Order: sequence, then structure tokens, then C-alpha cells
Amino acid sequence: MKFLRKWLASLAGHSVSLVAHTVTAVRGIWDGVEPGPIQRVYFANHTSNADTVLIWTVLPPRLRKQTRPVAAADYWLTSPLRRFFGKDVFNTVLIDRRREERTEDPVKQMVAALDEGSSLIIFPEGKRNSGDTKLLPFKTGLYHLAKARPKVDLVPVWIENLNRVMPKGEIIPLPLLCTVRFGAPVHLAEGDDKEAFLARASDALLALSNGEDIK
Amino acid sequence: MSAHLELVLLVFGLIAILSLASVVAVLLNQRVVPGETSPVVENLLARIQAWWSMVALLALAMLFGRAGVVILFALISFAAMREFLTLTAKSQADHYALAVAFFIVLPVQYYLIWIDWYAMYSIFIPVYAFLFLPIISALRSDTKGFLSRVSETQWGLMICVFAASHVPALLTLQIPGYEGKSILLIAFLVVVVQSSDVLQFVFGKLFGRTKIAPQVSPSKTWEGFFGGVLAASTLGAALWWLTPFTPGQAFLLSLIITLMGFFGGLVMSAIKRDKGVKDWGHLITGHGGFVDRLDSVVFSAPIFFHVVRYYWSVT
Repeated sequence: MKFLRKWLASLAGHSVSLVAHTVTAVRGIWDGVEPGPIQRVYFANHTSNADTVLIWTVLPPRLRKQTRPVAAADYWLTSPLRRFFGKDVFNTVLIDRRREERTEDPVKQMVAALDEGSSLIIFPEGKRNSGDTKLLPFKTGLYHLAKARPKVDLVPVWIENLNRVMPKGEIIPLPLLCTVRFGAPVHLAEGDDKEAFLARASDALLALSNGEDIK
Repeated sequence: MSAHLELVLLVFGLIAILSLASVVAVLLNQRVVPGETSPVVENLLARIQAWWSMVALLALAMLFGRAGVVILFALISFAAMREFLTLTAKSQADHYALAVAFFIVLPVQYYLIWIDWYAMYSIFIPVYAFLFLPIISALRSDTKGFLSRVSETQWGLMICVFAASHVPALLTLQIPGYEGKSILLIAFLVVVVQSSDVLQFVFGKLFGRTKIAPQVSPSKTWEGFFGGVLAASTLGAALWWLTPFTPGQAFLLSLIITLMGFFGGLVMSAIKRDKGVKDWGHLITGHGGFVDRLDSVVFSAPIFFHVVRYYWSVT
């Protein structure tokens, strides 16, 4: 049973990648950082529910295995199918977004996953951005993570065009080319306070959005 | 001779040429100083490798006959339009119109080619898609940049679907004494136009001095243009045995399609400049995107189709 579940998860993972490639011909661009078995926190802009899938698709398979997306429990635990994708396919770290009711601290959960050797994918804006601004102000989670494990590389990841493939409220995805651009890692610097660090991280991500098309 | 025998001969010829090109590229690569890389040679190797895949794919599709060719070009249209519409003006109000373009207009156009309904496939996109898609966009009442949005979408459909579908449409031509062989017309068109691209590049590199339109494309020169077009037309004349044409007719038709191919490349370059990109996409290593490789074929296919239909076909 366990074997079957694992096999199904792997099959589902490959199918999701195949669909992502068919619709977006997604291409990963490593612009200032190389793909390698280094522990990282990938932090990306968030415009679509498929953001995670796109990053996951362009990561080389050996990195995929050790990279866990951080996602909202209130979304991924609502149906058996979502639970299967959330837990078995993407191996997500599920956090509770409800500040009042939650029993576990999301930052502690992420740190625990890092301590197990995993890399993480997070969306520091905290929710999907469907407005005209490129980025929403970052939530503080990225800062707390950087403070707790200062050695881990925080890699900015800019996802381009996915908001046009499936704008909020649309059901049919449009086939359009997307890119996922990975930038040079940022770290917590000596004497960085919360605001300064988050501004720097946000700037690093924005800078990637104007990246030249490199081959 | 049956169509198959001629195809086999042509494919062997292409394999011989590509083998020669591969050997030359590998020799060039060995002359590169160890530890260094030459971008020119690497690009050449990547291009030749992509050519191998393209020849293999086209040969495979032709092996499956009409179904293979129609499906191959439908997929190519899909990939090309995905590249084209990534760069065009659009807003969320166009979402349905664009979805209709991809998932209804494109398959219907190729279905019409498949069932050989000439009267419909030659007007479906220029008339029906042209009038109905803007209606869908207008219903979502966003007027900002409306004319650019609907025009650029229509342009994408005309180039990537309508024009490209005229390659498999060649299969529907009924030419007396040439029954069952019309697939060879596709081979003729693609080989002549693509050779012209390669030969223009080669002549341009060897003798290129005078730029034709430096703002549009710095690599296009008059020397490359004349050398490439004349050499490819001569090649086309030499391939007359594939076609229902005499060698002289084959030369003239080759001249028409290589000229159209050249200007197609020029027009598509102008659009790339306008949109601020160097390549349409990245899926064909060394070449860029599908549109980069096919711009010359899509510009020449409808003209080739109509000239051959008018003078040779009985339908």
C-alpha cells in the first residue's frame, strides 16, 4: 500500500511537470546562483496557485527530492486529493495561517524542516498578489528564518508571466511561456534590523524581475 | 517511382549533408584551444543537432502520411502561437478570446485541412476568427489598448495557425499524374526554404558587406541575400524530380518561396525588435524558438500553395 502510494505520488509529480511544460514551456534561469545540493530557502513572488508547481518543475530532480514547499494547511488539507498532492507529491511543510487558533509556530516548523536537511520554497508576501504592484510587502517569516538559521542561503526566485497564464478567477490556463529566475542568495547581515533585511530581500527579488534574457 | 522511394532518397541526401556538417563542426571544435570555449562553434554544434531532430521528426511524420503531417503541424502551430502570444498586447479581458484561439480556432483549422474543406479553411481565420474573437474581448468591457490587443491576437493566429496550416494543406492538391505524391511538395517547400536560410547565413558570413535593413536585422546583407536565394533556387531546380514541375518551373517556384522566406524573416525580425527580444523562444537549442525557425516557411507556404493550386491542381 505504501509502495503503491509512493509510486502514484511519483507518477502524479511527473504528470504535473508534463502539464506545466506543455502549457508554459517553463525554463529555469540560474542568474547569479548555480543549482546544487546546497541547503536553501527559495523565496518567490506569488501570483498564482501554480507558482509552487513551476518552481518545483524547473528544479533538477535530485534537488526536488530535498526541497519542500511551505504551504497553507487550510488549503491543502481540505480534500483527500489535495492532501495527496500536498503531502505525498510535493511533501509540503503545512503551516496554519490562522494566527489565533494555531497550535504550532510556523517559523519553528520551517526551522525544524531545515534542521532535517530540507530546502524550502516560501512566498514571503503571504498571499497571492493580484494587484498592479509587482510585490506586496513581505511578512516577517523570512526574517525570523534568516535569524534562526543565518548560514542557510536565501535565494530570490522571480516567476515571470504565470499571472497571465491563469489570472485570478479564470479556470482555463492559457499556453504562454514562463520563466523562473533564480538570483544570488541574500543573508542576514551584521546589524540588520527586521525592516532593513526585509527591504533588502524584497529589492533582490524585484531586481530579478528586470533580468536580461540570458542563455 | 512511388512517393516513398523519392522520400527515402531525399532523407538519405539530408542525412549525408547533416553528417558532413557534423563532421566539419566536430573538427572545428577540436581546433578550439583546450580549456576554452568558442560560442560560435558551440552554437553551430547546437544548431546541427537541432537540424538532426527536425529532419527526424519531419521524416517520421511523413512516414505516417497525412495524419502524421497534419498532427505535426498542429503541434508546431500550438508551440509557435504560445511563443507569439507571450509577447503580444493582452489583458485579462482577452482571456476567453485567447483560450478560444488556442483551444478552438487552432484545432478546427487543422480539422478543416484534414477533411479537405478548402472553401472553409481558407476563410475560417481571416473571416470568422477575425470577426468573432474581438466580440468575445469586447463583451468583457475593458477598452484600454483594445485595437492593439485584438489586432495582435489576429496577427498571431494568421501567422502561427493560418499560414502554417498551408504546409499540410499542400496534401489536398490534386495534380494530374502526381496522385498520391503531394507529400513530396511539403518536402520540397521545407527543404528549399530552410536551405535558403542556411545558405543566406553562409553567404552572409563569407561575403556579407552591405546591410539591407540594419535597424531590423544586422545579420541580413545583400550579398547573403543574393547568394542564398540563388543557391537555394538552384538547389530547388535540382530537386525537380520530387515535384510535378519541370526544372525551370522548379527554379522559378523556388525563387518565389525563397524570396517570401527571406522577407518573412525580415518582418518577423521587425516584430522582435518592436517587442524588445532577440529570440521568440528557447525550445530549439541554438535556433531560439519555433517562430525563429519557421518564419520563412510560414511566409512562403500560402503563396506556394496558391501558385501551385492555380497553375497545376484540378481542384
